[in-house]
Amino acid sequence: MSSHSIVARVKQKRIAQLLSKGKRIDGRGLTDYREIKIETGLIERAEGSARVRLGKTEVLVGTKIEVGEPFPDVPNEGVLTVNAELVPLASPTFEPGPPNENAIELARVVDRGIRESKAIGLEDLCIIPGKKVFIVFVDIYVLNHDGNLIDASALAALAALTNTKMSNYEVKNGEIEIKPGYKRLPIKNYPIAVTFAKINDKLIVDPWLEEENVMDARLTITFEKEGKICALQKGGSGHFTPKQILEAVKIASEKSEELRELVVKK
Amino acid sequence: MSQKVPEKLIDEKGLRLDGRKPDELRPVKIEVGVLSNADGSAYIEQGKTKILAAVYGPKEVHPRHLALPDRAVLRCRYHMAPFSVEQRKSPAPSRREMELSKVIREALEPSIFVEYYPRTAIDIFIEVLQADGGTRCAGITVASLALADAGIPMRDLVCACAAGKVDGTIVLDLTDIEDKKGEADLPTAMMPNSKSITLLQMDGMLTPGEFEKALNLAVEGCKKIYSLQKEALKAKYVAIKEAVEE
Repeated sequence: MSSHSIVARVKQKRIAQLLSKGKRIDGRGLTDYREIKIETGLIERAEGSARVRLGKTEVLVGTKIEVGEPFPDVPNEGVLTVNAELVPLASPTFEPGPPNENAIELARVVDRGIRESKAIGLEDLCIIPGKKVFIVFVDIYVLNHDGNLIDASALAALAALTNTKMSNYEVKNGEIEIKPGYKRLPIKNYPIAVTFAKINDKLIVDPWLEEENVMDARLTITFEKEGKICALQKGGSGHFTPKQILEAVKIASEKSEELRELVVKK
Repeated sequence: MSQKVPEKLIDEKGLRLDGRKPDELRPVKIEVGVLSNADGSAYIEQGKTKILAAVYGPKEVHPRHLALPDRAVLRCRYHMAPFSVEQRKSPAPSRREMELSKVIREALEPSIFVEYYPRTAIDIFIEVLQADGGTRCAGITVASLALADAGIPMRDLVCACAAGKVDGTIVLDLTDIEDKKGEADLPTAMMPNSKSITLLQMDGMLTPGEFEKALNLAVEGCKKIYSLQKEALKAKYVAIKEAVEE
């Protein structure tokens, strides 16, 4: 990112020095997360919502459910759409405009975790096969960027989905009629993303902004509830050795269980 | 070219739809130096996947403010031709293409001595002419050759290959239908000399044990691709050398 500035180089040296002694500049252990706070149901107009604070990183996710057409290759399934906005108020480096590659990658990594773990029972969202289905929109709104947007967004998206309600409906002569009352969106799985940064051959969990600015590479591993890996994404212009990747898988497997309890409890 | 969906992707003998064994690559054909305008170029056919890559640079950066004082800016565009897939694809860049452009750039960047060319840009263009699975991997393989062909100093070639899980078996180099109907896909890119993995993505579901097996298989696949890359480079430059010596 800004590794060409002199300040960044000094910081990188300091961060790497501490890491070689097993310490981080904010005092955490190498595999510790920052404090996590999850709140749900903050936006009444949304069908579901959640705000996650991961240290100073803050992400708000709202879900909306609308009626639309299914994809022709899966006529009996609802549709999931994930979008991410790096809102300009969240960081001096974010600019207004259409989503850039970072926003798109963020949305697609979160999408992959939800989709591949089959977290939403999409087959339960079919209204009239081939004609009308429910579309679940998951909108990720980054409000304050202090690093590790992927984990915070994935957690907020999952918390918002578990909090999502759908109107009751009835089909009469091919028309959809909304009935009073709500039911919960069917949630079948709980994917949890765990992100690592590599700095000078050391792996750390949940990098914050200072660490992200000097990291060589990034690796996100998403685990579903049965302990299987359902998504992976390497980022950044560095590399990993196969050994580091397998080590990360092991750590992520344990960490994801801890994080899952925070969401499922809600 | 409509594909009918078979019930099984692997038959009783353990062979795949195209007759390959689980750990077998598709036939690969690579040619280096195929475009006259580009500083470097290469073409790959991996089964039915056909990709052309070109490199321009190091050259002046436009717009100027994007230039970096201590290194070259690497830019990458992965793009699919409208006729490369069954349903015409709009030529406007999709979200998928934008993500892939980013991860491919990040897969190639560790191999390049970007610090040798401050205030310049190196542009990589990858055009998928026909897609049948494994396009990001073949794209990396061919783009790395185009970079070498452009004479850009590199630590190593980057080679790429996917592994995955199909009908319960861990397989190498998935085709489109194996990717869509299979259980998991794990595109991997690496620099074999330093054993560094520069691209890793996955979708689908794998246990940690299966993941380790798939990762090892992908690494083996990458190494096979690597020797094919070197052959292709030699094919062009040995011919030139001989022509000069005559």
